[in-house]
Amino acid sequence: MSLTNKEVQHVARLARLAILPPEIAEATGTLGRVLDYINLLNELDTEHVLPTTHVVPLLTTWREDRVEPSLPPQVAVQNGPEVLSQMFVVPKILDGGAG
Amino acid sequence: MSAAYEVVIGLEVHVELKTATKLFCGCANAFGQEPNTETCPVCLGMPGVLPVLNGEAVSLAARAALALHCEIHSYSKFDRKQYFYPDLPKAYQISQYDQPLAENGYVEIGFGEGKRKIGIERIHLEEDAGKLNHIGNRLGDATGSLVDLNRAGVPLIEIVSRPQMHSPEEARQYLTELKTILSYLDISDLRMEEGSMRCDANISLKPSDYTGSLFDLPRVEIKNVNSFRNVQRGIEYEIGRQKERLAQGLAIVRETRGFDDASGTTYSQRSKEEANDYRYFPEPDLPPLVLSEEWLAKQQHMMPELPDSLRAGLLQRGVAERDVQVLVQDPDLYRYWQQAVAEFSDVRQVTNWILSDYSRLMNAHSLSFAAPTVTAKALASLLRLIESGTLSGKMAKEVLEAMFESGETPQAVVKRLGLIQITDQDAIRDIVSSVVMANPAVVKDFLGGKDKALAFLVGQVMKQTKGQAKPDLVNDLLREVIATYA
Amino acid sequence: MAIIDWDAYDTAQKVQSGEVSALECVDAALERIASWDSVIGAFLHVDAEGAREKARIMDSTMTREAKAALPLAGVPVAIKDNMVTTDMPTTAASQILKGFRSPYNATVVERLVRAGAILVGKTNLDEFAMGSSTEHSAYKVTRNPWDTERVPGGSSGGSAAAVAARMVPFALGSDTGGSIRLPASYCGVLGIKPTYGRVSRYGLIAYASSLDQIGPLTRSVRDAAKILHIIAGKDPRDATSIDASSVSSEVGPVQIQNVRIGLPEEYFGDGMDSRVRDKIDNVLEQLRSMGARLVPISLPHTRYAIATYYLIAPAEASSNLSRYDGVRYGQRVVGQDLVSMYESTRAKGFGHEVKHRILLGTHALSAGYYDAYYLKAQKVRTLIRQDFENAFKQVDLIVTPTVPDLPFKLGEREQDPLQMYLTDIFTVTTNLAGIPGLSQPIGLADGLPVGLQWMGPPLAEDLILSAAGRLESALTLPQWPMLGGLDR
Repeated sequence: MSLTNKEVQHVARLARLAILPPEIAEATGTLGRVLDYINLLNELDTEHVLPTTHVVPLLTTWREDRVEPSLPPQVAVQNGPEVLSQMFVVPKILDGGAG
Repeated sequence: MSAAYEVVIGLEVHVELKTATKLFCGCANAFGQEPNTETCPVCLGMPGVLPVLNGEAVSLAARAALALHCEIHSYSKFDRKQYFYPDLPKAYQISQYDQPLAENGYVEIGFGEGKRKIGIERIHLEEDAGKLNHIGNRLGDATGSLVDLNRAGVPLIEIVSRPQMHSPEEARQYLTELKTILSYLDISDLRMEEGSMRCDANISLKPSDYTGSLFDLPRVEIKNVNSFRNVQRGIEYEIGRQKERLAQGLAIVRETRGFDDASGTTYSQRSKEEANDYRYFPEPDLPPLVLSEEWLAKQQHMMPELPDSLRAGLLQRGVAERDVQVLVQDPDLYRYWQQAVAEFSDVRQVTNWILSDYSRLMNAHSLSFAAPTVTAKALASLLRLIESGTLSGKMAKEVLEAMFESGETPQAVVKRLGLIQITDQDAIRDIVSSVVMANPAVVKDFLGGKDKALAFLVGQVMKQTKGQAKPDLVNDLLREVIATYA
Repeated sequence: MAIIDWDAYDTAQKVQSGEVSALECVDAALERIASWDSVIGAFLHVDAEGAREKARIMDSTMTREAKAALPLAGVPVAIKDNMVTTDMPTTAASQILKGFRSPYNATVVERLVRAGAILVGKTNLDEFAMGSSTEHSAYKVTRNPWDTERVPGGSSGGSAAAVAARMVPFALGSDTGGSIRLPASYCGVLGIKPTYGRVSRYGLIAYASSLDQIGPLTRSVRDAAKILHIIAGKDPRDATSIDASSVSSEVGPVQIQNVRIGLPEEYFGDGMDSRVRDKIDNVLEQLRSMGARLVPISLPHTRYAIATYYLIAPAEASSNLSRYDGVRYGQRVVGQDLVSMYESTRAKGFGHEVKHRILLGTHALSAGYYDAYYLKAQKVRTLIRQDFENAFKQVDLIVTPTVPDLPFKLGEREQDPLQMYLTDIFTVTTNLAGIPGLSQPIGLADGLPVGLQWMGPPLAEDLILSAAGRLESALTLPQWPMLGGLDR
C-alpha cells in the first residue's frame, strides 16, 4: 500500500483538517488505492524531461505602480465570522510561530 | 572537556519596499492607517482572486541586488510557501524558492586592513503578511487576536547572508553597512521600529574539529528582533546559552527563539520538530519573471553613487576616517554636509561643526537631517562670521543654538543678542584694570604661582563683557596689567 | 417555438428588434425554473426579483439602438456557483462558503453583463468543482433532464442541466479535467473549454489553477462562438490570460474536405460503451461522407493522463483551498484555540471528496514526496503536451468521444472514486495540454445523449467551432428533453 495511517494523520495536520480514527483508516484505504494507480507513472523515464508549470507560453506581465481604491473597510470585513474594531477576531494562538 | 567553538552567524533581513502599491494588487502601501482600510479582494485572499505583479517592486529589488553586487537572474519564478496563520490570508505566501531574483553578492564590513566581505546568498521578492494585535498583553496570555491586513501583500525583499559572521559585533557591522547601502537607494523606509526592516539571526556553534557541512549543525533562529542593538544582544545571549548547554553535555535543539528586550534573553518559540513543511510549489497564477538586458541596463542607469565610492571621495578631500564613517552612514547627513561644503569650502571646519555641535543639537531633539532646522546655507554663513573674527567659537555655539531654536539667520541672531566680539583693547583694558583692583588676593595667588587664579580673573572679565571679549586678548591684557600693578 | 426554445443568438436578436422584451425573456426563464427546478435541482440560487428588475430597466431605459449594441441584450444566463457575483451568494456548493457574499464580480460576469445578459441564478456543481457527477454538492443533487434517475455529469452539472432543460439559453461552466465537456455530453448540450488563458479566471474560485478554464454551455454552435467571443480576452487582473486575437463571434465557413481530422487510437480502444461507439462511428461515417479526411493517429501517453491529473489537480487544490480557514469569511466552527478552530472549521466545512483531494494533494507536495509525485506529474504533463504537439503536425483537429459511456445512475459510482475519476479519461488530456476542447451533442443512444469531442491546437477555437458548426448542420438532433413528458 502506498500510504499509511500515520502519513494520513500527518498530512491532515499539515492541511489543518480534524480527522477521526475511522476517517483516517478510510482515507488511507481510498487514497492508497488512488496512489497505487498513480504509481503507473513510474513506468515512464522522465529524467530528462522538463516539468510543465505553465501550459501555454506566458510573457512576464506586470502592472504599473498606481494606487487603486481599496474596499471600504466595512465591506472588507463584512463576511467575517467574528469582527471587532474593524478587525477579524481569531481565538488564542497556542503555537507561537508561523513562517 | 571544554571544547573550542567557532561562532557561525547568518542573517536574514526583510526589507519592505517603498512602492506606492502592494506587490500583487493596487492597494496603497501605507503604514499606520486604520485597520483593514488598505485592503481589497486580492490582499484579503477572497475566493477567486489572482495576483498581478507590481513592476516597480521588481525594479526596486533589482536595484538592491545591484548595490549588493549580486548576480540578477534574467529568469526567476514565484512559488507558494504554505502555512496557516491568521496574518496570511491565502494560507500561502507568494515568494521565490529555488529560482530567486538574485544570488551571490556581498557586503563589505570594517575599514582599511580589517575590511572583510560577508557573502550574500540570495535576494528574493515576496509579499508581507498582515498584523496581529493580541487581546491581552502578549501572545502567551492573550485570549485572542485581531487581524489587520493592511500590511498583507506589501512588497518585501529578503536578503539572506551566508553564514560568514563570527561575532555579534560583526553581525552589527553587517547590518549597519547593509542599511547604509540600502538607504542610498531610497527603496525602503528602513525603520526597524515600524517593521519596514526586520532581522532574523541564525546562530550555531561549530566545534573546532568539525568538518561537516554548516547546514547540518544545529541552528537556532532568533526571529524578528526590533533593533540592531537587540540583534547583537540576542546573539550574545544565544552564544552564551549554547556554550553553557554544550558544557553541560546537552544538545542544541534546532528551534526558533524569540528575543525578550527587557531581560535581554531568548526564549523558545517553536521547535523545528513540529517542523513547518512549507510544501513549496511553483505559483501557477504568475508567469515566470523574465528580465531583459535592456531592462537591467535601465536599472543600472538609475543607480545612485554608493557608500563605498562616497567614502573614497571624502577621504580624498581630507575628511578623517572616523568622520567619513559617520557622514556616510546617514544619506541625509551626507547630503547636508555636501551642501554646506559647497557654501563654505573649509572641509575641516564644516565637518567639525556638523558632526559635533550641530549633530548634538539634532540628536538631543531626535531630529533627522532629512529636515534640518538650520539650513546648510545658514550654517555656512555662521562659519563665515567666525572666519571674519566677528564671532568667537564660543559665541558661535550660542548663535547656533539660537538659530536652531528660532530658525533665524546667524546675522539676525547676532543683531538680536548684541553679540559682537569686543576687540577694542582700550575698552577691555579698563575692565581688566577694575577686575585686578577688585581682587587683590587672587592677584597675589597668581603671582605666587597659582596659574588657576588667572582663569578666575579671565572669567570675571568675560562676565562683565557678557562674553563678548576675545578670550586670548583678555588673557594677554591681564598679564600686562598685573605686571605693571605689581 | 416558445421563448425558452430560442438559443441566445435568437433571443438577443428578438430583444434587439423589439419583437420581445427583455422582461418576457427573463420571465420565461424564471417560469421554467420555477416549474422544473424542484425536479432537476440545477440552481443553488435564483434571483427572480433582481433579474426582473434588470430586465425592466433595460426595457424602459434603453433605445433600440442601445439594445442593438448589446450582443446579448436581454438574454438570461446562469452562472456556475464557483464564479463570484456581488448580487447573489457564491458558495462553490460548499458549506464552508455558506452565506458568503463576494465584494466583487468575476471578470466573465462583468463581461456578460456589459454585453446585456441578465443573470438569473447560480448553478449547482460538485463542491469546489471536484467531481464528475454533481452529486458532491453540499446542498443538493442535480438530475439529468433526459433521465432524472441519472447524473448530469459534473462538475458543471447544474449549468448543463439548466441549458438542457431550457431554463436558460446558455450558462457558464468551468472545466479543470472535463467539467464543462462531460456534463455537456451527458446532458446533450454543447460545451467548450477554451485554450488555457483564453478566458480570464479572475473571480473563478480556483480548483487547480494551471488547469482551470471558464467556458460556455450552449444549445448551438453559433451561441458558443458568440459567448466565447464576449468572455475571451486579456484581463489585466489575470496574469495568465493571453493576449491573442479574439475568437470570432460568428461561426466561419469551413471546407471540411480541407480539414485533416485525427482519430487517436488510444481513445477508441476497449472499455467504451458499445452504444456510444456505434453513435460515434455513425458520426465519423457522416464526416467522411462530407469529405473530411480522417487520419488515424496516436497520443501514446494518454494512459498516464488520469494519474497525472490526480496529482496536479489535488496538489494545486490543497493550496487553493487553504484560504478557507474561518477567519475572514465563510463558516467557522468555534475552537478553544486557533489550530482547533482551523481544524474543526475545515473538517466540518469541506465535504468528503474535497477533504480527500486536499489530503492527496498535500501528500503529493509534502517533504520527501514532491519529486516522486508532483514533479513527476509535471514532467509527464510535458510528455502529454508533446503528444498533442506532434499530432497537430499531422492533423488540424482531433475527434474523440467526450465520455466512454452514457450518463450513469445517481449513486452508482459513489463507492469507487477511482472509477469516478476514470470518467474524465477523454477530457483531462486537453486540460493537461492547455488546448481547446469542445463537446458537441450528436444524438441519443437508448434515450441518453452522446457527445463528440473536438480538440485542436492552442487558440484553434475558430476552426473547432467551424467544424462543429458544419457537423451540426448535417445532423438531425433530437427534440429537447420533455422532462418526464409533463411540460408540454
